[in-house]
Amino acid sequence: MGCTVRSMPESALRFDRLSVAYRVGGQDRAVLRDLSLKIARGEAYGLVGESGCGKSTVALTAVRYLPRNGRIISGSVALDGADVMRLDKDALRTLRAKTVSMVYQDPGKALNPSIRIGSQVAEVFEVMGLPPAERKTRAFEMLKKVRIADPASVMQRYPHQLSGGMQQRVAIAMALASDPTMLILDEPTTGLDSTVEAEVLDLVTDLRREFGASILFISHNLAVVAKMCDRVGVLYAGMLVEEGPTERIFTAPRHPYTVALLRCLPRGGQRKDQGRLDTIPGILPSPGARLPGCPFAERCAIADARCVSELPPLRDLGGRFARCHYPERAVQLPRATPAEAAVPNVRAIADPVLKIANVSKTYGQGDHRIRAVSDVSLTLMAGETLGLVGESGSGKTTFARMLLGIVPPDPGGRIELDGKPLAPSLGHRTPEQIKAVQIVFQNPDSALNRAHTVARIVGRALRRLAGLRGAELTRRLDGLIEAVRLTPRHLTLRPRQLSGGLKQRVAIARSFAGDPRVVVCDEPTSALDVSVQAAVLNLLAELQSTHAVSYVLISHDLGIVRYLSDRIAVLYLGRIMEIGPSEQVFQGPHHPYTEALLSAVPDLDGTRKSRIRLTGEIPSAANPPSGCVFQSRCPRKLGAICETTEPPLNEATPLHLIRCHIPAAELENLQRRPNSGARDLIRAESS
Amino acid sequence: MTSIAAAPHARRKELLAALLRSGSFLTGVIIVLFWIACALFGRHFVPYDPLAEDILDSLAQPSAQHWFGTDPLGRDIFSRFIVGSRDILTVAPLATVLGTLIGTALGLLTGYFRGIVDDVVSRLFEAFMAMPTIIVALLAIVALGTSKTTVIIVIGLAFAPSIARTVRSAVLSERELDYVAAAKLRRENAAHIMFVEILPNVLPPVVVESTVRLSYAIFGVATLSFLGFGLQPPSPDWGLSISANYGMIAGGYWWTVLFDALAIASLVIGVNLIADGLHGALDA
Repeated sequence: MGCTVRSMPESALRFDRLSVAYRVGGQDRAVLRDLSLKIARGEAYGLVGESGCGKSTVALTAVRYLPRNGRIISGSVALDGADVMRLDKDALRTLRAKTVSMVYQDPGKALNPSIRIGSQVAEVFEVMGLPPAERKTRAFEMLKKVRIADPASVMQRYPHQLSGGMQQRVAIAMALASDPTMLILDEPTTGLDSTVEAEVLDLVTDLRREFGASILFISHNLAVVAKMCDRVGVLYAGMLVEEGPTERIFTAPRHPYTVALLRCLPRGGQRKDQGRLDTIPGILPSPGARLPGCPFAERCAIADARCVSELPPLRDLGGRFARCHYPERAVQLPRATPAEAAVPNVRAIADPVLKIANVSKTYGQGDHRIRAVSDVSLTLMAGETLGLVGESGSGKTTFARMLLGIVPPDPGGRIELDGKPLAPSLGHRTPEQIKAVQIVFQNPDSALNRAHTVARIVGRALRRLAGLRGAELTRRLDGLIEAVRLTPRHLTLRPRQLSGGLKQRVAIARSFAGDPRVVVCDEPTSALDVSVQAAVLNLLAELQSTHAVSYVLISHDLGIVRYLSDRIAVLYLGRIMEIGPSEQVFQGPHHPYTEALLSAVPDLDGTRKSRIRLTGEIPSAANPPSGCVFQSRCPRKLGAICETTEPPLNEATPLHLIRCHIPAAELENLQRRPNSGARDLIRAESS
Repeated sequence: MTSIAAAPHARRKELLAALLRSGSFLTGVIIVLFWIACALFGRHFVPYDPLAEDILDSLAQPSAQHWFGTDPLGRDIFSRFIVGSRDILTVAPLATVLGTLIGTALGLLTGYFRGIVDDVVSRLFEAFMAMPTIIVALLAIVALGTSKTTVIIVIGLAFAPSIARTVRSAVLSERELDYVAAAKLRRENAAHIMFVEILPNVLPPVVVESTVRLSYAIFGVATLSFLGFGLQPPSPDWGLSISANYGMIAGGYWWTVLFDALAIASLVIGVNLIADGLHGALDA
């Protein structure tokens, strides 16, 4: 790439002192403030930042596609040398057709649901003015280029007949069809499974080499950006606060915000018993807020009077830039949350709380049966966290809902709570049993009644589950609110007046109202920003140590699972493929599926990881493969035995079970040998 | 964070601001308020007693003396026009309220419980809605006898199914949200979940739908009066007046019908404009 940059010095995309505002309620609210950035030809530039910082507005401004209430206050945008703001309608259309392409977050919405894939891709060539005869062949070739195995049959299908990853490939094919000089990817893998994400990212990397397009890569996921981009810009409150070569930004940040953001992530295998995550106090300034000084000053522990009153310039620090008065002090930013836990998470020898034996769940009837969960047995100890991982469709959520009694399991299985059988459905459980198993839902917007105040939401739970009334209820309500770090001021508010993180705290407070024994956490932080996620994870760890509650944690983010979990169960097509103590599952030997999951996750620390890629999609649970259910995608498949016989759960260690025909010792060998990167990583951690 | 503290009434304020920005809502409110004012205080301001007959001055053309002319009995049409909203503005809203209450309850029950009751009730609603409202109303009134109460009950019942359908479809999506599961996980009974948890969240579409229904109710009451099954003489009701005088149009006495017809139209339009404004502001 380097030589391309040198031979063509002109930038592919250039923002010059750009300010954009949205008109809301009759007032202009600044979204982008004086933003300047340059993307060289052939360069991949990553833009990171939390939600609400203006990332998507950057993308929309680049192609002059702001919503109706959006307006460019000042500055200019140049795409491939052309001033985007000055173009007339035809020139703008040509620009959008030929020079720049966009790929959005949700491919299901970007594709027209009523047009077959073939015609949809061919449409791009129609816009480019190709004769009708050529369009279909070009579409076919394009789909082949994005590694779609059977383009002819995919072209005949409608978008809803394709999986999310496949849809995103089609969207990328359409984006690259016109051979654009600039490709804008706005959260292209958010919402995809990590295995699919890895495939899409690999594809983009390969195509970048092939097509030589410049890339603007927008993401909230720092690790993804670190993997994909040459240079990174950190956006905060519509301002570029730091910019520079990817590696230097992530290893030696010079702006306190970047420093703080990187500290919020559980990294390098950090666990809850090793201490709390750092957090960022306060909240992002709202769009249109008046910011005379540094936008981050209010939340920055090393800010002084100068930071509050005087906006720092984007200072050149030798090939990199930081908008900070004291860039050399940034790394010394003190922690916002002490690392030491108030009450440490120590695992004592405990009794089992939940015993699950041979539980299955089949949906549908007659010929069309889908086995969502198949013969799962496990034990949950008091005060421990069991992490459930697996791609979507692996049965994690169904399993959790069976524990809660929302979904009754098939007859034959057995769930015991404290040694007493737990009725399959909620209606037959005793009040004590219902109280004992509660949940924190994934999406607080759905989980909290938007018509009710916080006091009512949490108070009602205390009344029903803890049986409290009057003054006693008020006392406990205050205690609970304080325990989740909310203040009495929040009690009179409704969910829509709270930020995502505060909402999730309310949901957590509610789930703890009846002193539960087990709380199911279903992707508790997936709707939250990094800085908020850290605070919620800390809270969950803390509540666990003070209440001795057990968690069943469902998450697609392995970093979070590793941080919070004592044991981990890996599910595939409703079956447990591997179960064991967290560290053993992460360090191996792994089940080949776990190995693939681990290698799919882009990592901020170890970029030289092994690359085991799963091909194809998770098979339908209605028609699982014979023998070992994973054999159809297994990179370490032995042969006939995998297709005919389902392997038992073999012991790698007495606590660590792996459902594979390959003996654990050999798995360990296989996984160590080509994989020095992972070993380095482990060594780095232990040192 | 300081901005949050001042926020409890923000939602209501926002809603009000959105309504006040909506031209159709304001126009509708002005029209409807005008007719309400006429119904309440009109009789103190009208030039003549709306019921006073003056046979010697029958069918007089619009003039300075009688702005809208007089009817066959010599009653002043302008005076009757002004106070003619009184009965319709009590009967139609009461019918709508009745229909909304019954419809909301049925919609919550069918949407929340689903199953066989939902299937049966929903098919019944569809069959019921397939029949013209006026025919159903006529049959009921013939069976029960004519009175204001009957009209209210009949129109209210006739509108319940469409409100119920609106509520049901809103409930169907609400019941899948996690807050309903959370309520079940603290052993709330069905009535609590329906009326305390779900109902407040389905109110916006109900408000819009019942405002639309109100305009239909006004139209329905006027039609029933016109057909002689609604309000009874000597009420100065518009529909009734049109019914009494429409034979006169052929004789060239257009003023006996035109103004009353315009009055009905303006009230219906006013209510529809309000519904339109609410729809925009509530985003329902």
